[in-house]
Amino acid sequence: MSVAAVQFESAMPPPMTTARVASVVKETYDTFTLTLEPGGGEPLPAFSPGQFSMLYVFGVGELPISISGDPNESGRLYYTVRSVGKATHALVNLKPGQAVGVRGPFGTSWPVEAARGRDVLIVAGGIGLAPLRPAIHEVLRHRDDYVRLIVLYGARSPRDQLYRKQLAEWGRLADTQVLSTVDYGGVNWRGYVGVVTTLFRYVRLHPVGTTAMICGPEIMMRYVVREIEKRGIPREQIYLSMERNMKCAVGLCGHCQMGPYFVCKDGPIFTYEAMRPWLEKHEL
Amino acid sequence: MDTKTLLEVLRNHPFLQGMKPEHVTRMAGIAQEVQFAKDQMIFRQGDESGFFYLILSGKVALEATAPGRILRVQTVGAGEELGWSSVLTEGGKYFQARVLEPVQALTFDGARLRQAGQEDPLFGYVFLQKLLQVVARRLQATRVQLLDLYAPMHGGSKLI
Repeated sequence: MSVAAVQFESAMPPPMTTARVASVVKETYDTFTLTLEPGGGEPLPAFSPGQFSMLYVFGVGELPISISGDPNESGRLYYTVRSVGKATHALVNLKPGQAVGVRGPFGTSWPVEAARGRDVLIVAGGIGLAPLRPAIHEVLRHRDDYVRLIVLYGARSPRDQLYRKQLAEWGRLADTQVLSTVDYGGVNWRGYVGVVTTLFRYVRLHPVGTTAMICGPEIMMRYVVREIEKRGIPREQIYLSMERNMKCAVGLCGHCQMGPYFVCKDGPIFTYEAMRPWLEKHEL
Repeated sequence: MDTKTLLEVLRNHPFLQGMKPEHVTRMAGIAQEVQFAKDQMIFRQGDESGFFYLILSGKVALEATAPGRILRVQTVGAGEELGWSSVLTEGGKYFQARVLEPVQALTFDGARLRQAGQEDPLFGYVFLQKLLQVVARRLQATRVQLLDLYAPMHGGSKLI
């Protein structure tokens, strides 16, 4: 076999596993958590926090979805999906027992190993909390290996908040600070109102000993990075999950190219240092 | 709160970070300690309230009222400022301030702050620079809020 053939073969999408829907739980009015279990004899693959799968809804299409469950829970995979289009609508309307094709997991992961011995700052916006939840699970599972865990979460309104019960539980843990804010709050909302960057006024960050992990809309991440940089945290300790138009998941189709990177293959998690030149480029 | 404690509290408040000691002392000369209970209104929309506040603890919601509804637009808490428009010479409040969690704050009469700035232009300049930072931060936050960042996006992207 020639070198070119070997390279091509290594870029070929991995085979699809068939999984079955175990449950679909409503998180908010438009967002659902889908639990998949093995569809046959083949177990579902293990994953690292921050990775994603390609989920195939038979007869509808394939789409990339971040894994949102606990990486230590074997046998099941969790995906939190916002129903915004034909494929996602079909996905969240599957019934228990129905089959789904799963490829992956794909991509890079949050630096949970490298962050041991440090403070972990998690900043999430909207559904961006979903890909960060596995990292939070991992930190909590090995709690003594980390110093402080700080979670800052922004959502559009109280009814858009994900995992409300879990956020409240995490906030009660020792050395864990969880602050949530919403862009628009009604009179019954007793929490913070304002964009997620406003929460930085209520936390003290250690400039040398903090690793930051951020996921949310790209504009939000740019403002969040500014706040983090103001507090002296180096760019190499700031990690972002990038969102781009991903189709093949193996760096073959080029849809998700961002400068020299394919987000599906080289990402989706990057250091801010690596992403900085490309973040503010138009039409990239 | 005795003078020593008051100076210490002021020095530790983010609004006064980097201020010269004589400017901190000047602000201490105007400061009054105040407390507000949960659900109390600190000021209402349209009020000619002339007080500027540095919040030491608690949480306050800024709300806009419209016929039949109240929209909560922002919350401010410990280490933040409230009522910056009181330093200007005219106009009523655009928002109402409702206490969500019991508040301990230092209050400053806007007229006395303006007077202090006239007597000591360097203090006035430094104070207004600090105030402008507050206004700029609020404006920036409001602009980002208007972007409606978390609105659903359609298309073939990775659905974070």
